[in-house]
Amino acid sequence: MKALIKLLSLTVAAVALLSGCEPPPTLTVQHGYRGTGMVQVYRPSAVDAKAEENVLPASLPPVSSDGPKASQAYQNVQVLGNLSVNEFNRLMIAMTSWVSPNEGGCVYCHNPANLAEDSKYTKVVARRMIQMTRHINADWKTHVAETGVTCYTCHRGNPVPQNVWFKEAEQDKGADFIGDRAGQNLAAKSVGLASLPSDPFTPYLLGSLDIRVNGTTALPSGNRHSIKQAEWTYGLMTHMSSSLGVNCTYCHNTQSFSSWKNSPPQRATAWYGIRMARDLNTAYMEPLTGVFPEHRLGPTRDVAKANCTTCHQGAYKPLNGQSMLKDHPELAGPGEAEKPALVAAK
Amino acid sequence: MQYQNIFTTTQAVGPLHHGVELGHGNSPRTGEPVIQYWLGRIGNAQLGPIYLGGLGIASIMCGLMAFVTIGFNMLASVNWNPIQFVRQLFWLALEPPAPGYGLSIPPMNQGGWWLVAGFFLTASLFLWWARMYRRAKELGLGMHVPWAFAAAIWLYLVLGLFRPVLMGSWGEAVPFGIFPHLDWTAAFSLRYGNLFYNPFHALSIVFLYGATLLFAMHGATILAVGRYGGEREIDQIVDRGTASERAGLFWRWTMGFNATMESIHRWAWWFAVLCPLVGGIGILLTGTVVDNWYLWAVKHGVAPPYPNVFPEVIDPATLSGGKP
Repeated sequence: MKALIKLLSLTVAAVALLSGCEPPPTLTVQHGYRGTGMVQVYRPSAVDAKAEENVLPASLPPVSSDGPKASQAYQNVQVLGNLSVNEFNRLMIAMTSWVSPNEGGCVYCHNPANLAEDSKYTKVVARRMIQMTRHINADWKTHVAETGVTCYTCHRGNPVPQNVWFKEAEQDKGADFIGDRAGQNLAAKSVGLASLPSDPFTPYLLGSLDIRVNGTTALPSGNRHSIKQAEWTYGLMTHMSSSLGVNCTYCHNTQSFSSWKNSPPQRATAWYGIRMARDLNTAYMEPLTGVFPEHRLGPTRDVAKANCTTCHQGAYKPLNGQSMLKDHPELAGPGEAEKPALVAAK
Repeated sequence: MQYQNIFTTTQAVGPLHHGVELGHGNSPRTGEPVIQYWLGRIGNAQLGPIYLGGLGIASIMCGLMAFVTIGFNMLASVNWNPIQFVRQLFWLALEPPAPGYGLSIPPMNQGGWWLVAGFFLTASLFLWWARMYRRAKELGLGMHVPWAFAAAIWLYLVLGLFRPVLMGSWGEAVPFGIFPHLDWTAAFSLRYGNLFYNPFHALSIVFLYGATLLFAMHGATILAVGRYGGEREIDQIVDRGTASERAGLFWRWTMGFNATMESIHRWAWWFAVLCPLVGGIGILLTGTVVDNWYLWAVKHGVAPPYPNVFPEVIDPATLSGGKP
């Protein structure tokens, strides 16, 4: 009896101890030079789950580009006017299924009495988002390549993409005399539950503060970046890692995080991704702040903004790299080349 | 068999006593001694009395001040919510001032509390060290324990005082918090180009792991010869018996060389003390003398060159003219 109790309590303790662990197997795939830890860690069960989450919706059959243009047939067509009426309507139907499948169809954006008028904010936003999509596909090939993006890349059937970010509300500090967190030191989802600064987006994906903190010489030569700044960079990088479901070594050679020599080529793609998110947030999202109703705004009344998770949603490439753009060439461009994208001068 | 258990199975308990008479200038000891059976399973069954003295009381007061300052800052940082305080305790911290304040005194809520906590914690450690020194002297001991403690205090001072002063910013110092100080450690290595290329860091790791290895070897050896009276190590130094002979022979036969009953303790003491000593040197050089340890290691042929396996990647920030 005593031995049984002992065995039972040992089993319970062992189960409790292991309950926090991820179930095996865990696979590592080498992609750098041997013995340098340049591996990616995968759990097959998680990879399978990701594949299920990233199944593409059925594509609408292509339609004829003949016949009257949308701009001739309809009023107030400010974008996509050069599509045929059939093509235009095909995209409208696709957008409804991508963005607002459960919101009553066309009326989510359109006034049913007059489809042309801009009385609903959703229509104004949707038009701007079409322009943004074409800008991404035409001007940010450095990041999205020929795979491109569509509305579905971010929206996945939701009127507001599930992964957007807002600026954090000011910390409630009582008398403002004690307990300043300096923007960190809580278990923050945005940085993988670390105690790192929990909003690395405002400085880097809206502003363009220095992400690089390493010196470029062995001995001190004027690099005054502090350890605290390194923590903010670390927060952004942790966000990127969890957004893409990859390790640091997907982009970096951990021998030297800052050195480009020996870095995997994905790092350059990610570099453009940071600039792309910054461009979209400043040139497209922020100017829309006044268009959105109160309940769509964040705690500091700012507009929803994009970060890496908005598109990637845990996959190394959004939708595991499958292209929906090839079925919707009307979203491929033209871009807005006259408005040069914001790139940090270096 | 009584030496091969996790717990002490045979407890030798004598009559309770307060200890020898103390000389002039000492306070009386505090507390009535008691016998606690369960303490006897892991150590000496007698609990107390304790020698507090002026230094001890002052050290505890200063330590409490630091503890309370840190604790109330953590509690205030979750808006005085006790549930969140417990839930997020490991994430909470008291942060040093922002780098912009340099070495000036910042407002209380922008790092002032950190300076207060740091001052009292440092005072507490110094007072405790002085107390250790005095007690060792009173008992007629060597100074091995106080100096070993001083080695740990050295590393603490390098991290929180010497290096920040040399760098000209309190913001370089470590936050008080469980996970935050670990994140700080990782950020420290990231900022200064991979601390693993810092040779003093490497030495420190050698002594850290070396000390645990020596401790395991020594503990195992003494337990193993306990059946021959080997746990009476001091006796065995001057009157080497069969326990010492067998312990020494075991290591001589397995690895050629063996320490002695006395020298093994020197080995262990120096390994333990050198761990924070050389570690502190490595921290002190970082940022002050070396800014990027990886580049330093490349310059001095320490970092091995690996073959390129990736297509060449050019830093996009250096490209001009191209579409961003």
